[in-house]
Order: sequence, then structure tokens, then C-alpha cells
Amino acid sequence: MIYSYYPGCTLKNKAQELDRCARLSAQALGITLEELPEWQCCGGAYSMATDEIASKLACVRALKDARTRGHDLVTLCSACHNVIKQTNHAMAEDADFALRANNYMAPEAEYHGETKVIHYLEMLRDTVGFDKLAQKVTHPLTGKRIAAYYGCLLLRPGKVMQMDDPENPRILEDFIRALGASPVLYPYRNECCGGYATLEDKALAQKKSDTVMTSAREAEADCIITACPLCQYNLMKNTPEAGRLPVIYFTELLAQALGVDEEAKRA
Amino acid sequence: MQRIGVFVCWCGSNIAATVDVAAVSDTLKNEPGVVFSTNYQYMCSESGQNILKDAIRDYQLTGVVICSCSPRMHEATFRKAAAAAGLNPYMVEIANIREQCSWIHKDKAAGTEKAIILGRAAIAKVHLNAPLTAGESPVTKRALVIGGGIAGIQTALDIAEAGFEVDIVEKQPTIGGKMTQLDKTFPTLDCAACILTPKMVDCAQNENISIYAYSEVEEVKGFVGNFHVKIRKKARYVDTTKCTGCGLCTEKCPVKKVSNEFNLGLDNRRAVYIPFAQAVPKVATIDADHCNMLKSGKCGLCAKVCTAGAIDYKQKDEIIDREYGAIVVATGYQPIALDKYDEFAYSQSKDVVTSLEFERLTNAAGPTGGTLLRPSDGTHPHTLVFVQCVGSRCEDDGRGKSYCSKICCMYTAKHAMLVREKYPDTEVYVFYIDVRTPGKNFDEFYRRAVEEYGVHYIKGMVGKVAPRADGKLMVQACDLLANEQLHIEADMVILAAAIEPDPSARHLATMLTASMDTNDFFTEAHPKLRPVESPTAGIFLSGVCQGPKDIPETVSQASAAAAKAIGLLAKNKLTCNPCVAHSDEWMCNGCSACEKVCPYGAITYMDKEFRMPDRTTAIRRVASVNPAVCQGCGACTVACPSGAMDLDGFSNSQIMAEVDAICKMK
Repeated sequence: MIYSYYPGCTLKNKAQELDRCARLSAQALGITLEELPEWQCCGGAYSMATDEIASKLACVRALKDARTRGHDLVTLCSACHNVIKQTNHAMAEDADFALRANNYMAPEAEYHGETKVIHYLEMLRDTVGFDKLAQKVTHPLTGKRIAAYYGCLLLRPGKVMQMDDPENPRILEDFIRALGASPVLYPYRNECCGGYATLEDKALAQKKSDTVMTSAREAEADCIITACPLCQYNLMKNTPEAGRLPVIYFTELLAQALGVDEEAKRA
Repeated sequence: MQRIGVFVCWCGSNIAATVDVAAVSDTLKNEPGVVFSTNYQYMCSESGQNILKDAIRDYQLTGVVICSCSPRMHEATFRKAAAAAGLNPYMVEIANIREQCSWIHKDKAAGTEKAIILGRAAIAKVHLNAPLTAGESPVTKRALVIGGGIAGIQTALDIAEAGFEVDIVEKQPTIGGKMTQLDKTFPTLDCAACILTPKMVDCAQNENISIYAYSEVEEVKGFVGNFHVKIRKKARYVDTTKCTGCGLCTEKCPVKKVSNEFNLGLDNRRAVYIPFAQAVPKVATIDADHCNMLKSGKCGLCAKVCTAGAIDYKQKDEIIDREYGAIVVATGYQPIALDKYDEFAYSQSKDVVTSLEFERLTNAAGPTGGTLLRPSDGTHPHTLVFVQCVGSRCEDDGRGKSYCSKICCMYTAKHAMLVREKYPDTEVYVFYIDVRTPGKNFDEFYRRAVEEYGVHYIKGMVGKVAPRADGKLMVQACDLLANEQLHIEADMVILAAAIEPDPSARHLATMLTASMDTNDFFTEAHPKLRPVESPTAGIFLSGVCQGPKDIPETVSQASAAAAKAIGLLAKNKLTCNPCVAHSDEWMCNGCSACEKVCPYGAITYMDKEFRMPDRTTAIRRVASVNPAVCQGCGACTVACPSGAMDLDGFSNSQIMAEVDAICKMK
């Protein structure tokens, strides 16, 4: 199975582990991720106002490129996934947006949302299958209590993202089970970490992160996994050190369970 | 050739202001077959009708065209007048020159021209009209009420009071419905059991009422006045004629952990049970899914302790055939499942309950004996948060219902008020989108909750309920008026779940060929003028099966449905509408297209012997219309591919003649 792959800027510096482990694991699962050449920042750092065209053009370019290559597009970072998927939806459903975006690009090859965008987790669930994934696990994480942290961007808006029920998601819990560990359910797993507010209202961001962290800790989790570099950073930096749980990327856990991580370190 | 009279009505200035009525009557006088034409200020008045009657006699009219208002308004009036003058009433045609002409046009010349065209079309149709005679069918003087909640009970009592037999079919082991589970009722706060159980007893004691509890309607055949119904009486494994309702078996049964549906799973019952002390009929029922004896043949304890010898493990379902003249649907409602509303943590915490569960938690006959205790740990709750509109007025998220469930604002006010009254140490919050309290003494009731009992009403919705490790529920909400976020540490959260029709209603509607809306509420024949009748003749609607309503409204509607049913049962014969479909058996190819589109189930197929032109006989499958059931909608005549179906009074040739008359150049 071949997919086009959009890593995103953060995965090239702060969140290299997220990217590295994802590639190693995909390889072990027999999936080829072909990174799009010349991709640009998704624009996730800008406003998500629906009438803003310029900041979305990089997404449209990537989506169009994936269409040309003929493969579905896999994303990994929650923020990139959100922006790309929402932009793709707008290109397909919002004629006015599509017209204006296409006019900026090459109007002779219009794009109308033809590329299918899936998150790495959806690829694991729908292409590989969690049952098949469980069979490929060589180092099961038996006995580990892991808290899945979805954050706000991965699932919402539910109608566009169409990954899972935003109020009662299970995809990460099923993923954790497939790796042999025990998922820990806690109420704040799908609440915002406050990451976007960090610069203007640090106290608020700290409060939000602390709520998430405390909630997971009270549920007796050993660690938290996430797909979002911003959540990872925020949860770690904005909560008091005492009682802070380790926050790692879900792909790190995956690579560990598949036994590919050690191998990479040796090489 | 018909001798046709044309009568153009002014309708005061309603028609005459935009249609030159004199020009219309003068022009139509020249149409073929018209021997008399006039206009008059009010044709429907007594003197107008006399003009019609006199003209029929004086000019020996064989057909009449009235250019006036919609036939819905006065067709019956003019038909009656014509009949009084000796003319077959179905020789009268109405040209609607008011609703479809004068009211919607401003230009008098154009209005006049259109009125003339509409008149011409009616004249063309009358040329092809034939006298029709309405048939008659007998009426079985017994009513069936489906559903034994407060709606069904009230309807049955009223019908029985009028002297007719009524059967109540209830799928639960007892009648009483949802109201038996309620604690107090708004706005007067009288206890639900005190006002309901006497009515349940009345039903049991009334000699005109037969109760088929633990039974379901299996099949409905027939038509208005003549329904044939099969009722499945489910096996209780208890002989109801012997059981005295002493309850000894329910104390001895060793299977103790069956979720008690009467208390909404808040406690357990035995495998043999009586739902509650005031059940009617008060007899035990064995739950076959949990009874050891029925599952494995090992136990039989209840049979041993039963002094009446009523336990019968070999009992089978029984099918009862009954005939009815009228059927009243009173299937009620259920709260929606909350599995799609996980932001409120209903499935995560026992202390998040629905309002109906809350009724049980405050009911003296409930699992806590009426003391409000947290289901999780049995402690006294101090902070309670009520959330309204959970699943109601949800336009587009695909989880809830678009409509307002109507009862939640009032029962939430009731709950909040009662909690504050009984436990003054509590803080009670109610989150709402709008508070809707139209109804006698309703708004006063709500204001009492706010002003006298100090309930905190907050406009805004709850976004999240997060159960904390120490058992508290963290409620995150917005206060829209203050424009701020609220975080409340609550002990209990009560969700006002939307209500939806009972799931059995859809299947029943199919059996009854009664129509439903997209929410599975039964539709009424007319939303304002015929609110308790289904469009299917002989089917009446009582209670929430037709739309959300509270107890006072349900009881009013139940009595209205009873009055309509009594009106039907009081008749010895029913006059049928003669404008019904019939099939030309030689043209019919037996394809079933008409049967599939018939909304009333009036069309059946039969194999009939035909003598063919070559003197052989052949068996052919042909459609046959039951004229007593057919409502004359004409759907079959359109669907029929061979043109065999035709509608008396609205035949294909008559409709085409009208179209030709309209399309013909002047």
C-alpha cells in the first residue's frame, strides 16, 4: 500500500520523534509513505477564518499534488491534519472558496477536493486494521496504563474530520489495546490543552493543561500519548513538575511495540 | 347532452372585486349544454341556495357548475341543496374562482379571463359526470385502544362511559404507562399515583372494558367500522384467573438480580415479579429470560409457594381474534437513548441521571423510598445541576430531535422546586436554551421556582460533565447573559432527555396504514381542524403518539379521540364516499403497482376465472378495490401502467376533459 505523506514543519524540528517513529512503523507494517516533494507549511499557525484564502493555498497545493500522484494523503500532526482536511472539505463543498482558491493557483487544473485525506491513525485502523496490528506487535506493552489525549484539533469539527465521535472517541483507546496496553478513560481526554492561548494568557493555558494532566493522573495513568506536537509541548511545559506524567507521541509507543525503535537506535 | 346550470358567486367583494362576475356568467352561458347562467352575491346563503334549487326544477337541469370558493368550503352545502331539488349530488361541480383566482390576482381583466377558463373546465367535466350513489357498510360496536397509559386509559373510560365495549391492549404486564413512574405532577403538584391509580382501577372494574395486558397487536385487517385484529397475549406463565397478586412468589424467587425496568434499572427485581403494588391487573409475571425453571428446568420454587396454584410453566402465547369498529392509537413515548451525548458523562457516572430516573429517586415508592440520595454512594447531594434540551431542538448534529419535547421545562421546574423545598441546604442550577411555559398556571409555577425557591436559572448550555476521582461532577457551562464560563462542582446532574415515539409505533402504523411524520409521530387528518383523527378512516390518535404533550393536554386529547370514536360507534351504518377507485378487470395485468402505492390498504389481488374470447376459461390475477376502505385519493390511477384503474367522479376522461377545456384557445 502506498500513500502520499505530509509531515509538516514541526515534525522536521521539535517533533522529529513523531515523524521518525511513524516512518519506521509504517515500514514494518508494509506501508510505503511517499513524502510529497516541496510541501510547504499548512498554515496552521494562522487564523482559521473561513474567508481567509492565502494561508490555505499551501494546503491546496499539497492536496493537488497528491491528486496528481494518485494516492490518498496521510497526515500525522493534529494541527496539519485539521487544516488540510478542513481546506479539502472547503474545496469540495464551498464553491465560492474553491473558485477563489483555484483562481490563485493554475485555473486550468481546478481542484475540488478529490484527494482523500486520512490521519495516520485512520490508516492504522482502516487499512492495517487494529486486529492485524495486534498480531504484528512483538513487544506488547502488557500492564501499561496509558491515557490517550485527543486534544481539540484531531476530531473537531466532527462533521468534517469524520474520524470518530468527538464526545466519546475510541480510536486511540483501540490503538492502545492493540499494542497490548490498557487504555485509561478520563473525562478531559478530548478537551483543549490551552496551547493556542499560551502567548496571550499563560495562566489560562496552564490551567487547561493542568486540568488534563490531573484528570489523567487521577485515573492512574502511567503516561499520556498524543498526536499533536503543540499539545505535547504544552502539557509538558505548562504543568507543575511534581505529578507530571510523561507525554509521548503515539507513534513512539507504536514503534516500541513493533520492536523497530531499538533497531533504529543501533543503526 | 346534459342540461347545465352555471351559478357565479360574488362572495361579497371577495370574488367580485377582482373578477367581473357578470361577464363570467354571460360568457359561460354560451358554452355547449349550458341552459341557465346567473350570478349572485352570496350563493351559499339561503336565498342563493334557493336560486339553485329553483333553477334545477325550472330548467330541468341535469348538471350544475358553481363558480365560488374552494370545494373544501362549500361543496357539501351545494351538493345537499342540489339533492334537495332532486338532482344527484355528484352532478355538482365547483369551479374554485376564489382561492385559486380572485384572491391571488390583482388585475381584474386577467382574473375574469381565468375565472371563465376555470368555469369552462368545470362545465367540460360535468358533461362526463354520472350520478353516483354512496354505499353503506355496518359498524362493529366495539373500540380497540392500543396502549394503556394515561391516554389509552382516559379514552377507554370515556368510550365505555358512553356504553360501548372497549378493549385495551398494553404490551407491559400492567396498564398505567409512564405516569405510574412519576412522582408529582405539575402545575398543581398532586401525586401522580393518587390521580392515576383510581382510573386504572376504574378500567379494571368497568364491565365495558377488557384489558389485554402483556399483549400486543399482531395483525390488523379490514376497514373503518369493520376491523379484524389479532392480539398476541404473551405467556406470563401465570394463570391470571387464579393469581391473587399476593406476591409470595416474588419474595421466594431465587433469581434476585434482574434489572428492574419499572425503576429504570436503579434497583433489581426477581425473575417473577409484579411491577408495582398498584399494578392492574395485579398478577405476577415470570420473566422467561431469567427464570431458572424456564431456562434449565431446575427450580420450581414459585410453583411450590403459590397457594393458588397459578404458576403454569407450560403456558403458551395465545392469539385472540377480535372485531372492532374503531381503533384508537395511544402508544405514547420513551426518552431517547443518551449514548450519543457523552459530554454529559451519562454512561460514565451513576450520578448523572435522566429526569425520569430522577422521578424514581424522589418517589416514595422508588428505590430510595423517596429520599434523594446519590446513586453512586447513597449520600445526600448538595449541588444539583439540571440540563434542559438534551436532544431536543437539535437541528443538525444528527444526534437529537429537531422538535421541542414540550414537557421538560415544566418538569424540570417541578424537580428543582421540590428539591429546594425538601432540602433547603441544596444549591440547584437549571441550564436552559429558553424556558417555555405556555399553559394554564404554568408560568406562575416556573416563576415560583425562581422567585420563591431560589433556583438558579442560567441561560446557556452545559458543555461538559467530568466525573472526578473524589466523586464530584465537574460541570463546565456558559452563562450567555453574563457572557462568562461557569465551573460548578456538582453532586448530581439531571438530564432532561428528549422524548420520542415508542419504537413499536412504526410497525403499528404500517399495520394500520396510518401515516407518520419523519419523527415517527402519527400525523393527524388536519393539524388544526381534525387533530385527533388519522387520515385513515376509523383510526384515532390519543396522547404523545401524535406529538409531545403533557398530562393535561394528553387527557384532553384522549377524551377528544374518545368522542370521535363514539361518534363513529354510535352509527349503525356508514355512508361511504362513492368517489372511489375501480379496476377494469379486462385491462388489469395484475402487476401490483396500485397495491404498492395505496396508502389505505384498499387494494387486494385475487385470482379470478375469466371466459376468454375463444371460449376457453383462464385464471388471471386482478386487482380489486374495497370501496369501504378506498378514500378516493387517486394514487392508484396514476400508478396503473395499463390504465385499468379509474376513479369514480374523477375519471381519467373527466380530468382530460378539464385539461382540454383549459388549454383550448378562446
